[in-house]
Amino acid sequence: MMNKSILVVSGLTMDFGGIRALDRLDLDVGPKEIVALIGPNGAGKTTFFNCLTGIYLPSDGDIRLVSPQTGRGSRLNGLKPNKITKKGVARTFQNIRLFSQMTVLENVMIGRHCRTSSLIMGAILRTRKTRKEEQETIDKSYDILEKVGLSEQANEFASSLSYGAQRRLEIGRALATEPFLLLLDEPAAGMNPQETADLVTLILQIRDEGHAILLIEHDMKLVMTLSDRIFVMDYGKKIAQGTPAEIRVNRAVIKAYLGEDVGPDNA
Amino acid sequence: MDYFIELFCSGLTRGSIYALIALGYTMVYGIIGLINFAHGEIYMIGAFTSFIVATVLSIYGFPLAAIVVVAGVAAAIWSSAYGYTVEKIAYKPLRHAPRLAPLISAIGMSILLQNYVLLAQTSDFLPFPELIPEFAFMEPIAHIIGSSDIVILLTTTVVMLALTFLIKFTRIGKAMRATAQDRTMALLVGINVDRVISATFIIGSALAAIGGLLIASHIGQINFAIGFIAGIKAFTAAVLGGIVYSGSCSGEPDSGPDRKFCHRLYFQ
Amino acid sequence: MITVKEVKRSLLVSLWFVFLTFPLMVIKVNPYERTVSWRWSNMVYVAIGTFVISLLAKAWFVRKERRMARQQDSCHARIPIIQRILQRPGYRYPLAAFLLGAVLAFPHLFSTYQANIMTTALMYIVLGLGLNIVVGVAGLLDLGYVAFYAVGAYSYALLNLHFGLGFWTVLPVGGLLAALFGVLLGFPVLRLRGDYLAIVTLGFGEIIRLILENWNAFSKGPSGISNIPRPGFFGLEMSLDQAMIYMYYLMIGLLLVTIFVVNRLQDSRLGRAWLALREDEIACQAMGIDKTRTKLIAFSLGAFWAGLIGVIFAAKTTFVNPASFTFMESAIILSIVVLGGMGSIVGVILGALILVLLPEYLRALSEYRMLAFGAILVAMMIFKPEGLIANVRRIYCYQGRKSNTALKNDE
Repeated sequence: MMNKSILVVSGLTMDFGGIRALDRLDLDVGPKEIVALIGPNGAGKTTFFNCLTGIYLPSDGDIRLVSPQTGRGSRLNGLKPNKITKKGVARTFQNIRLFSQMTVLENVMIGRHCRTSSLIMGAILRTRKTRKEEQETIDKSYDILEKVGLSEQANEFASSLSYGAQRRLEIGRALATEPFLLLLDEPAAGMNPQETADLVTLILQIRDEGHAILLIEHDMKLVMTLSDRIFVMDYGKKIAQGTPAEIRVNRAVIKAYLGEDVGPDNA
Repeated sequence: MDYFIELFCSGLTRGSIYALIALGYTMVYGIIGLINFAHGEIYMIGAFTSFIVATVLSIYGFPLAAIVVVAGVAAAIWSSAYGYTVEKIAYKPLRHAPRLAPLISAIGMSILLQNYVLLAQTSDFLPFPELIPEFAFMEPIAHIIGSSDIVILLTTTVVMLALTFLIKFTRIGKAMRATAQDRTMALLVGINVDRVISATFIIGSALAAIGGLLIASHIGQINFAIGFIAGIKAFTAAVLGGIVYSGSCSGEPDSGPDRKFCHRLYFQ
Repeated sequence: MITVKEVKRSLLVSLWFVFLTFPLMVIKVNPYERTVSWRWSNMVYVAIGTFVISLLAKAWFVRKERRMARQQDSCHARIPIIQRILQRPGYRYPLAAFLLGAVLAFPHLFSTYQANIMTTALMYIVLGLGLNIVVGVAGLLDLGYVAFYAVGAYSYALLNLHFGLGFWTVLPVGGLLAALFGVLLGFPVLRLRGDYLAIVTLGFGEIIRLILENWNAFSKGPSGISNIPRPGFFGLEMSLDQAMIYMYYLMIGLLLVTIFVVNRLQDSRLGRAWLALREDEIACQAMGIDKTRTKLIAFSLGAFWAGLIGVIFAAKTTFVNPASFTFMESAIILSIVVLGGMGSIVGVILGALILVLLPEYLRALSEYRMLAFGAILVAMMIFKPEGLIANVRRIYCYQGRKSNTALKNDE
């Protein structure tokens, strides 16, 4: 375990009525680290993301975030989603949630919202500060589009993009919020091999620029090549954690995925 | 204490009628997730149709029992026809449109129907013929609960039992429940979703028509604008009871007297 | 294009409608004199009318499908003519100058009566633009918009009655009061989902009207408040005609300000956030947009404009009573926004002119006005949900380091 983690989750529990979707989950992410969260369908991975980003309020447990820039820690439980984004956690969605009636560029510009501040008066009077901020927003958004390879389609509607491009746009939009921790929910779902390969390059590039990444993914090849560490979940519990090499041979993981009866320890 | 019981009874009466209308909202909301703003107007059309039929029959001298039955059936038939048509025109083409579109279309339908009745008939209040006579055996408790209250309570109870039976035990009821849970899935297992939706509108409208007939004969007058207020009240009831099938019946008896109390307080 | 099958279908449709409208259209009873009149001629009108409408609707859908097919081939979105004209800077300025000239000269070319009607139309344009922020841009279906209009009107009437405050003092006060009401209502309500929000705002509109109607001590009840002074012009005495023309120019001024402000707002960080909120609330929050706050701003801004126009309405008619603030008024303003095209300023202007001026000039048909409103709302949603003039997204220019490559995309 890293001693200078930027995200520390301890004992996170989420109950929906009588169903325990997350059961005393512990997890940590270090700076510039790529951590994968895997597990069979219904294991609670997306629920975990929703707890992290404030969409759900966890029933119990603690989520702490430590900013690598300032070194200041803060508790995320009970914060509204927008506050959490402002603190430096951004996410993408499993079922793509782009603003489909807005242009590609505007989608990314929305991501800049929490890093800008002009309001009614600034907008009406179009003060120098607002104009500067607006131009900065456009420029930074263009830069991000170049990074995710969509600058050619900047002024097209988001809904007209191909599936893979929409996933990349979601990543771009999340990057625009200047996160130090990026949560990717099945970024490779529905992509062809070429698109997946591009995605791997993109994710590595994002990591090299200083973002830590926590991703949910079913594509094992991608997970094994990308991740520094892997957490495995089943039925809301963490059943294993370790490097890709360790996970590959972990019996509990194999049981969870293949249903082999290995031992009585995981009731 | 008597006063309280009287209030409670009349609240219960009104409440049970609103429950009939509320069921229409609930069913439609359950199936297609739309607040059917035109539902109040369907109820109003039911009341108007029964008014016209009843008055015509009474002018031609038919016996009271025949008038009640024919007016009730006519109201149910035409209200259902209107409900069916409204769905086909205003909602069906918008099944896959953005969220606001069917809502605005529903408001448009409501305005359209209201003014259609206004233009086709009149803007005046019309006296509704008295369809429920004062029964002699009710004499001892008439100061607490009137004959019409009893009839209304009995009718709504019967209708609701019938509806519960329909939804719980018949084929179409099962199809409706399936569609309400997951429309795509219902479609995939071979349920004709269009027909289920139509059936929902028809049943809901028929219920509203019965409600219309009862409330009009209870109050004794109607006009083209009654649908709007009744619609809002019934919708409130639907929300209080929760937007699920049996909910709006169970939520209603409590809110009936409450509303009555508020009315009293408001006007004093 | 129209086959025998379609004609047969339309015949069936018209038969169905004859059945449907039979009791209400044909029979008319007089319960007092106990007479029945059978209006069989209506049946013929219904039959012919629905037959034609049904055929026309069918033809429209066929055409639309063909156009869609063609569009998919060419891969280019069709931009409407008006939009294309507006986008060309060469046309835009002369057109604007001409319009401004026509608008300024209007009261001198036509009668004061005409100017008065035009003033009403202008008021509805501003109301439409205000509601457009709420419904068209931010996607919050507000059915009680007229409540804020009433707040503005009554704040002028009451502040003038009790404290003798003048028009120019109350104008901003009325707007701010309405905005305050917007915040007060919006706070608990804006967490609701679209359709529930619609119901609650509808209820709020009715509550305000009922309060005004029943709280006699406060608002003088249904009889309303009369003798509200018209706006003054540096203490100048004006005749009725002059006052009307003055009112007209006042509205022109306010409209220009409104267009300017709304345009800038739509084109700002806030405007983008509203649009995004309309599309997907959860994604919005995940992008760091404060949902409640952004909605609240939209809601209260819309209310602010309704309040301003309320004050002007009170000053124009010199009389307010609750009957002016019914749900139908909200419905009219909503139809303006929907008809014009949600989110589009030009569309709202066009929609308001059509919906206000048409019934005004077709006096004979004025009783069909509300019927037409309803029909327009439904028909617009079915045939042209984007409105007369759809809003076109702005294209932004990149002026960063790699400007030459990026700019090529914009041209």
